[in-house]
Amino acid sequence: MKLTNLTTSFAVAAIGTLLTGVILVAENQWAVIGALLAAAALSIVLARLKIGMVLASVLNESSAWVALLIPLGGVIIGFALHEEDFVLMMLATVLIYGLACVGLTIQFGYAGVINFAGAAFFGIGGYTAALLGEWGIPSLLIIVAGGMVAAAIGCILILPVLRTKGHYAALITIAFGLLFRSFLEVNHTLGGPQGLKVEGASVAGHSLLDGIQLGSFQASFYLNYVLLALGVFTICFILARNLEKSWIGVNFDAVREDPIGASVFGVNVAYWRIMAFVIGNFVIGLAGAIFAMMQNFIAPSNFTFSDSLIMLSIIVLGGLGNLWAILPAAILVVVMPEKLQEIGEFRILVFAVLVVLVLRFRPSGLFPRALRKFRREVAQ
Amino acid sequence: MSHLFSARDVSVRFGGLQALDKLSLDVDEGTIIGLIGPNGSGKTTFFNALTGLCQTAGGQLLLDGTDITGLEPRHVYSRGVTRTFQRSRLCLSLSVFDNVVIGRQNSLDLNIVSNLLQRGRFNAAVRENHERVRALLATFSEMLAGRIFDPLHSLNMIDRRRIEVCRALVAEPRLLLLDEPSAGMTPDETHEFMDDILKVRSNNPRMSIIIIEHEMDLMRRVAERCIVLNYGRKVADGTFDAVVADPWVQEAYLGTS
Repeated sequence: MKLTNLTTSFAVAAIGTLLTGVILVAENQWAVIGALLAAAALSIVLARLKIGMVLASVLNESSAWVALLIPLGGVIIGFALHEEDFVLMMLATVLIYGLACVGLTIQFGYAGVINFAGAAFFGIGGYTAALLGEWGIPSLLIIVAGGMVAAAIGCILILPVLRTKGHYAALITIAFGLLFRSFLEVNHTLGGPQGLKVEGASVAGHSLLDGIQLGSFQASFYLNYVLLALGVFTICFILARNLEKSWIGVNFDAVREDPIGASVFGVNVAYWRIMAFVIGNFVIGLAGAIFAMMQNFIAPSNFTFSDSLIMLSIIVLGGLGNLWAILPAAILVVVMPEKLQEIGEFRILVFAVLVVLVLRFRPSGLFPRALRKFRREVAQ
Repeated sequence: MSHLFSARDVSVRFGGLQALDKLSLDVDEGTIIGLIGPNGSGKTTFFNALTGLCQTAGGQLLLDGTDITGLEPRHVYSRGVTRTFQRSRLCLSLSVFDNVVIGRQNSLDLNIVSNLLQRGRFNAAVRENHERVRALLATFSEMLAGRIFDPLHSLNMIDRRRIEVCRALVAEPRLLLLDEPSAGMTPDETHEFMDDILKVRSNNPRMSIIIIEHEMDLMRRVAERCIVLNYGRKVADGTFDAVVADPWVQEAYLGTS
């Protein structure tokens, strides 16, 4: 099978866009289940024919520009469904969770620093946006500030994490997540359990919480947030991709695989763990700020331990360390429960069975990470 | 004459166990020292103490006259000491290139901004390092050089050993520590690997090597001087022939006839 990288990437993007669109609009339970089964069958066929790994390495080794296929697909879906409030909200949520998962991938997928407090850093970004929103600061600055506050608070948490190993480090992050929520609930300046109203993002005086009206074209205000999340996701995606394909990425991997072996070759293990944690929390904070602006309202119940688990299950189901796997897995984890409302509480059961099946039959995820090869860099 | 490396009365204790007991030895520039002794005699512990992986309970480790006792592993590395491990410590999920290039840690540009944004500069650095790693791999085998972007887990035992040695060599160390390189290899592979070590030696005449090995044929061929350890103490020091002729060594290590 000899295909050019570009054709292959376009084909993957087209199939992905189509499947996403079908899953998003499907109202009928059976249509949803059908689309999921089609995706599962596709995944099995790709795995059986060993095409999955080929595709992963094609995407991994092609130029950074292929990442622009993501916003292309997103814009097509967004404009095709521009009047569907609920669908666009789900799409924006997928992108925002996906953005947070880019941060978790840097932490856990690359450097092996486990973070069970993803939702807490997501919340820190959100509360930062809520507090700064009152002062009329430009929205983009607020989003960046959300990331920076999350990164700064992460700097404090990393100290006890570095002093412990394995399960104990994981426990510390769990404890932090729980503490964060309890802190919010008793803190009256932050709204306590009732939460806070958040000022929506605005561009040039135009609030993104208003619908779009251009001549005869009318669109849901969620389209604004789809485009905003898409933009930030794409930038972070490309930067994370560059990070993986750099000396820093090599160091992250060495630290994750064998910290002792790495230290004997001059790798500053603690430094890279801190870096991964801080960069990751920055990205998670960005996502939290956008989430808060879109929701227009946040409360401690948005940032629970189970939200942290949802974020981690996205990167584990997708394929640890594979940026390309984040969006498909986020669609599965975020959209599927919404679409299966009718089976009620059984959807949690379905989700649990799905996780068990994936871990049993595809332990490295639905779309495993490709081996890093610097072929393209060497050829240039 | 001053030595490249000296250990002065180095002791290491693990609880009640005296793993190294006042060990002293000297290594001159450009020599190959063989370290032999029964299992548990403290050979690997000596490497661990020297590379900063375990704490010493007394004594001094001197490299070029400066004290390196108690330095962190990465600082020992920066002074030009690299090693291989008895049970190889390679990253199986990474490529051959990634595994070797990590050994050039101090020459890699690790600035986050230039890594993320100045991709042209980064690509040039990749090309330079690729050339260097490829050339190094090619000194061992041209086949290995062709597999530079293959995953490490697809390589056989001898090639993995070679990758470990390459990772240690690519930093151009002054002192190379090889911890039982023949472990897990067939006799044929061991023989082939011996040639590799001699090749490394002739390519880097100023580098010193300390090698731990149970394979006596290998020792006879490569070691210019042998040091025998038992229970953390040095019990013999001399040429291979002199050391193996020592009746104590014959009894304790090679077995009585």
